[in-house]
Formats: sequence, C-alpha cells, structure tokens
Amino acid sequence: MMRFSTLIKHPADWMIGGEVDNAVVLTSRIRLARNIRSLPFPGWATKEQRRLAMEQILPVIENIRPMKDAFSQQLSGLTSVQKQVLVERHLISREHAARTDGSAAVIERRQSLSIMVNEEDHLRLQSIRPGLNLRVAFDALNIVDDEIQEALPIAFDRKLGYLTTCPTNLGTGLRASAMLHLPGLVISDQISQVLNAVNRMGLAVRGLYGEGTESLGNLYQISNQSTLGESETQIIERLERVITQVAMHEANARLKLLEDNRLMLHDKIGRSYGTLMHAWLIDSKEALNHLSIIRLGANLGFFPHEVSHLCDSLLMEIQPAHLQLHSGKKLTPEQRDESRGQIIRSHLQKLPTPAMVYSQTKNTTYPDPPLDLDL
Amino acid sequence: MNCDFCDQKATVFLTQLIDGQMKKVCLCESCAKEKGVTDPTGFSLADMLLSGIPTSALPSNPTFSSKNRISSGKKCPTCGFGADDLNRVRRFGCSDCFQAFRPEIDLILRGMHQGITHVGKVPKGFEEIHARDEKLEELRAKLELAVQQEHYEEAATLVEQIRQLEQPSPSAP
Repeated sequence: MMRFSTLIKHPADWMIGGEVDNAVVLTSRIRLARNIRSLPFPGWATKEQRRLAMEQILPVIENIRPMKDAFSQQLSGLTSVQKQVLVERHLISREHAARTDGSAAVIERRQSLSIMVNEEDHLRLQSIRPGLNLRVAFDALNIVDDEIQEALPIAFDRKLGYLTTCPTNLGTGLRASAMLHLPGLVISDQISQVLNAVNRMGLAVRGLYGEGTESLGNLYQISNQSTLGESETQIIERLERVITQVAMHEANARLKLLEDNRLMLHDKIGRSYGTLMHAWLIDSKEALNHLSIIRLGANLGFFPHEVSHLCDSLLMEIQPAHLQLHSGKKLTPEQRDESRGQIIRSHLQKLPTPAMVYSQTKNTTYPDPPLDLDL
Repeated sequence: MNCDFCDQKATVFLTQLIDGQMKKVCLCESCAKEKGVTDPTGFSLADMLLSGIPTSALPSNPTFSSKNRISSGKKCPTCGFGADDLNRVRRFGCSDCFQAFRPEIDLILRGMHQGITHVGKVPKGFEEIHARDEKLEELRAKLELAVQQEHYEEAATLVEQIRQLEQPSPSAP
C-alpha cells in the first residue's frame, strides 16, 4: 500500500497549475455526498456501527478502477500532523481530520481524487482540477460514483434524490466550488460589490483563510448552496458562468491598476518582495498577503511567469502542519514563523528585483457569458 | 463577548454574507471546533445556521420559525432517530428517516433549495426497480381484494405473479 510520505512527496499538478491557466481561478473542486441505504449515518451511528460501515465500504472503494493503488488509511492510523497536512492540501476536511476510529481516507496517487469514509456522510467523494474546470472535475468524479453505485446500495429517493445526513445536501449531493485569487478587485476596492452580486445569485462566497470578506491572501471560494431542484449540469454551468464573470472583472481590474496606478502597484510589489526576501520571522497572515502580491506581480509581468507557480506551492508549504512535517518535529508558533521565513527565503532566493520587463502572463480570453452578475 | 452557543468567552468571530446581509456569529474555541468553523475548506455559515444556533443570531430563515417546529414523538423505525433529535440537530439518522419524517421534511425544505424535487442523476437501474415496486404494490392490492371476494383462482395467479416479480433482478445493486 502507498505510504503517506510517498503520497505527499510532491505537490499535485492541480496545486501549482501545471499547463493550465490559473491566474485567477486556481482550482475547481466537486464534492458528492453519498450514503449506504438503511445504515445509520455516521453522526448517529454507534462506534461499532461506524466501524462496520467502514469495513463494508473500504474494500469496495479500494477496488474501483480510478482508485487503483491509492493511498488508503484509517484515520486512527494517522498522526494529527499527518491529518492536518491532508487538510492543508484540501484532500480531507477539517471535520474529517477530527475523527479517529471508524473513519478512513482513500486518496488517489495524483491527489486529484479523494474519498472520505464516515465524514458527515458515509461517503464524501471529491475531485480537484487546476483552473476553471468544474465540468472536467465532475466527469472524473461521476465515473467513481457510478462504480461505487454498482457495488454498494446507495440511498436514493425518487423525489429527494441522494439522501444525505444534512438536508442542505439533498438531491444531487453536489457541492461545486472554485478557489479564486482576487487581488485586483481587493486593491481597487470593488471586492464587496462583486461578492455581493455573486451572493445575490444564490451562491456562497467565503474567504479561504481568515473570516468573512476579510480574506487572507486575497483568496476566495465560490460555491453553490442549492443541491435540490437543479441537475448537476445546471448547477455546474451556472457556477461556471458566474465565476467566469468574476474572473473577467478581476482581469480587468488588474489591467486598469496597471494603466492608472502603475506606481502604487510597483510600490506594493516591491515592498512585498523586500519583506519576503528578508523576513526571518513571518506569520501565516503576513506571508499569505505578500505572496498574493508577488503572484499578482508575476501575472502582470513584474516577475518571470513561473514565479506564479512558485507562489502556489509556497501557499501550501508555509501552512503550520506542512512546516512541522518538513522539520520533522512539533514547532511552537515562533519556531513556525522562523521556519516559514526560511522556506520562503530559500524558495525566492533567485527571484529578480521586480521590474516591468517581463511579458505579461497571457490571461485567458474569457468568452462573453450571459450577464448574470448585476453589479 | 460571549459565545452564541454557550456562555464561554468567544474567541472566533465569523462574518458571512447570507442573502446579501452580513451575519455575525461569535463562538468559543470548543464550539467553533465542534461546528467545524475553523475549517477553511468546508465551512459555510449557512450550514451552521441550519444546525441549531440560538435564534438571536439567525437570519429570518423559514426553517426556524416556531410554528413549524416538529413536536410529535415520532421515531424512525430503522434507526430510532426521533423528532426531538431532528429538532435539535436538523440532520437525519439514516436514509429511512426520510420516509418516517416525510411531512416534516417538506417543512424543512421550504426555501432551502432551488426546488423541492430532485432532477439530477438517477442510479442505474433505479427506474426499473421503481417500476417493479409499483407493479408489486398494485398486485398486492389486487390480491387482497381477490381474497376478500373469495376469488381464489385469481388470487393464486396473483400470488404467482408476485413471487416472480420478487425475485431480485440481476442488475439491481
């Protein structure tokens, strides 16, 4: 069986974009909630019932084709740092990481598919792709779902669809979400207007780190709230339309800043550069915010464009559990700040001084979607 | 400031836009953990608001108006999950609860989603199984009638038909 260290040795393609344009939309994610018919849901089951359900489910999902040679582990067999690393990589949820006996995680080698056993539902299937690719992520997951339904009696009702622990997931059981980097809208003070418009479309928006609209690193997640009364395709298409528009607004905001406020932008990027290159103690919040600006700089031609990928892998590596895994021991917050500074400095060592000399990263030309967003 | 769920000191403050309105919730460390608020990947204030928060912190959500609280002593025959549990956690005990609490579910679903009827993916073979179940129900009703009216020959034919349909179909999961 695949070892934990092998699984997390390299960042997944989706974490650093690869060949896909991820200048604004970093990742697309699909989650499906499924349950076994007539078995008590994990939150209501006794420990013994949960363990029995897991024993019924695990061998099945380990054997379906897309999960061949996957990493499969009961949560009781992972340390808290290991579980936390999986959370920081978005491979399991924080709620899932809090569980031990009777829960498990199965993660495909490339880390683009993962299955949580006995999270809030018996099965939570997840698929991630770089860039705006919700459809592709869904299609990959749908195959996994079909194979699971061949092998396990999944609870389904003609009227209510897939039956889930929480009524907010009934119907398709599908949550589609995308992670967006929106520094242009934040700097130009348009962010609340855009997020409010997204919210009025019945979609949920939240800062990926931090609370509410005060997001750290200018990273936001947009997802559907409704799962019943719309088909998978309708949900995904609506979300893609809205996200495409947000991405267009962001791309325009960046270009406008470059035209109207080049000096301010250059100053911001230069200060972030200076801080990250010379900080010896840096907390998560400060690091995320400066990395966000460096990432923006790479997109606008202040740095070579590979720097953007460097920022993406750093976003992951400077998180607390990754730092502790890296150093091989438990670290105090101060030690983490030190280690974080050191990792950032070593990664950015060869970063040239920011200057408007590099060609801009080619931004996707987004097709004109029907205007859903009422700004 | 104290936690909205218990009286401990609140350390986690959460703001989110719901229906265009800012909603704020204050939590202590342990309640935040319990509600999964610290999870940057999977948390929605809306989810928590639907899972039993004091009404003072709630947006005007139809699910929570006092008139549609479920007060019967009903229990799910499969898992023993009761109406009180449903009121408390706003989650279900097992897939059979959806039969047991059918009328309550209609209330809970009011305003929660785009619609109240599933229109997406259907498991392979589900339609066939569903059609078979409906046919079985119809035959059983006929059988009961036939027995009542002492039409024993017809009843025998019906019993045979039912027996054949009850054989599990090979494609069923």
